[in-house]
Amino acid sequence: MPLVKHGKISADDFARIADDAVIPAEGDVLMPLTRFLEDAEALLKRRGKVGVIVPNNRDLDDLEPYFDRLAIVALVFPSFRDGRAYSQARLLRERYGYDGELRATGQVLRDQFVFMTRAGFDAFEVKKDSDAHAFAETIARYTVFYQPTGDGRPIALRQRLLMPRVAARLR
Amino acid sequence: MYAYDEIDRTLLSERVSEFRDQVKRRLSGELTEDEFKMLRLQNGVYLQLHAYMFRVAIPYGTLSSDQLRRLAHVARTYDRGYGHFTTRQNIQFNWIKLAELPDALADLAKVGIHSMQTSGNNTRNVTSDQWAGVVPGEIEDPRIWSEILRQYTTLHPEFSFLPRKFKFAITASKHDRAAIKIHDVGLRLHKNDNGETGFEVMVGGGLGRTPFLAKTIRHFVHGHDLLSYVEAILRVYNRYGRRDNIYKARIKILVHELGADKFAQEVEEEWRQMDKSVLTLTDADIENIRARFSYPAYENLPHMPDELKAAAHDARFEAWRKNSVAPHKVPGYAIVTLSLKPIGMPPGDATAEQMDAIANLADRYSFGEIRVGHEQNLALPHVAKRDLPVLWRELDKIGVATPNVNLVTDIIACPGLDYCSLANTRSIPIAQELTRRFANHETANLIGRLHINISGCINACGHHHVGHIGILGVEKNGEEFYQITIGGRADENAELGNLIGPSVPYGDVADVVEDIVEAYLALREGPEELFIDAVKRLGVEPFRERVYATR
Repeated sequence: MPLVKHGKISADDFARIADDAVIPAEGDVLMPLTRFLEDAEALLKRRGKVGVIVPNNRDLDDLEPYFDRLAIVALVFPSFRDGRAYSQARLLRERYGYDGELRATGQVLRDQFVFMTRAGFDAFEVKKDSDAHAFAETIARYTVFYQPTGDGRPIALRQRLLMPRVAARLR
Repeated sequence: MYAYDEIDRTLLSERVSEFRDQVKRRLSGELTEDEFKMLRLQNGVYLQLHAYMFRVAIPYGTLSSDQLRRLAHVARTYDRGYGHFTTRQNIQFNWIKLAELPDALADLAKVGIHSMQTSGNNTRNVTSDQWAGVVPGEIEDPRIWSEILRQYTTLHPEFSFLPRKFKFAITASKHDRAAIKIHDVGLRLHKNDNGETGFEVMVGGGLGRTPFLAKTIRHFVHGHDLLSYVEAILRVYNRYGRRDNIYKARIKILVHELGADKFAQEVEEEWRQMDKSVLTLTDADIENIRARFSYPAYENLPHMPDELKAAAHDARFEAWRKNSVAPHKVPGYAIVTLSLKPIGMPPGDATAEQMDAIANLADRYSFGEIRVGHEQNLALPHVAKRDLPVLWRELDKIGVATPNVNLVTDIIACPGLDYCSLANTRSIPIAQELTRRFANHETANLIGRLHINISGCINACGHHHVGHIGILGVEKNGEEFYQITIGGRADENAELGNLIGPSVPYGDVADVVEDIVEAYLALREGPEELFIDAVKRLGVEPFRERVYATR
């Protein structure tokens, strides 16, 4: 499953730790949230970066003390139809101010890239190779956005106010 | 009319090219049907019994004549020459070919219409009063706010994969023509004590197998705060709405299970924590949208022109005028409803020829504007009263002047088993038979206002729960049966109807409805007591007796 990061297909340096697997003494690891919370401080002290995988039905408050020390927060799309992780992503970025890697995992398909990017994701475990290769062109599909999210893209409502004709009329 | 600008047009063309690419990937096999299904649904494309069905949005029910002509063109070019207006200000085409859909979308985009989010688990077409902006006594034009909400909800990155579909409706009149209490969110525009515009927010209405009327969770949300408050509602729903069972996934179930008070608290808490800065609408934002709606340059015309006086001798004209013409906020003008319920025909259908003719009449007599109502009729919103007689003759010629608006033959019906893959029973033939039974206009007029709503299955697209008489098709051992309810209504006094007794077979439905109507005529206190009021006063029992005494 290719990983797209910063818009490009990238190597994934993080070892995925299953629920019951032994955690290696060093090296970067991505592990389930419950596992992390059992011994968070110790895990953060080991050599290697730590990322957590957060199920899409969890509140995010438990994670708050660790945001600045986590390398990745991975959110889950068990099916592309299940949109709960979009809300989690926006909350992480816009309310908790998390600024590390925010990774989309699960059933991640091309036609969600724009939505995911707007919600704050910047890394994507993409299901299909062809979709991963199409990332850059897909993300450029839209240049106009009707509603604000924390991604800072200008929105139509405010762009219009800057149009000279509109500005003149409203003055 | 709302005028699209370069920004709106760009978004639409980007959407069309995205969908063209998606269809191409589906046809090449790169996308599975399961993956493609969601993408096509987000563009209003269903797979029905016989073919793909294509649903196009008519936001808040306002169409220009060019847009209507373009819908006629789509009907003629890509379909079988007709379209079906739905109960949510959409039009459906029933025989579309998948490979041609991107072209149809591109044709529609040229006149600023689209099918985005007319199906799928997302925020659907925002509906409103079809008389918005022209009806007397309105607080302000609700379409301004509908358009703000349309833009906000279009391709929303957080709320495009909700637990289930999500529908908004807005009204700004005392009399609710938008059926807001049967929507996921109903917004009633009103002013606070300081004269500021805001909304009473109702949540959790809906029909289907678990019908609920929406409950008020906040009496006043300031217009400036509309989007942030809506975002709070949608976020609570997206996170906590049920996804384990499709029949329990609508927001009405969440509101019901939590209780309206607890749900309201959750929304308030989310709203409190939210960074509202970018979502708060400034006066400039609102005024800019308002300014994009154009209103006709009305003339100073007499309230009772000679043309109208002369035509009063024509009994057919008078019957139509009394039935289909409503007061306008500007003296000398009127709102004209065009009945799409001719006797013996499927409710809500219009042919491409009719659409073209109506567009031309709108140009000549209604400043190029047409409205679509949830009752599946059209309206011309700005007709000079002096033009009414000549307009009537033209409408009559093309079969849209049946004087049955709001009468027993003005039936709302879903497509039913004739088209729909979800249906258990037929709806359209029931409606057709009923219109034949009550074809005599004198009789229908004597009966007075009476809404019959028909759904071919529990999904309730024909809004049977809120019909004065509701008819729901159910399948029993492979045969079509129908449950009859009475006393439902969808307006500001919304109620769900009550079952009158055991279901009846297909062949008996029209007889049962006739029995109910006869019982009403016998029981009413006088012609001024409408059917719905008589049911309220008497309850179901006398009607049940009448219907089942001989069955």
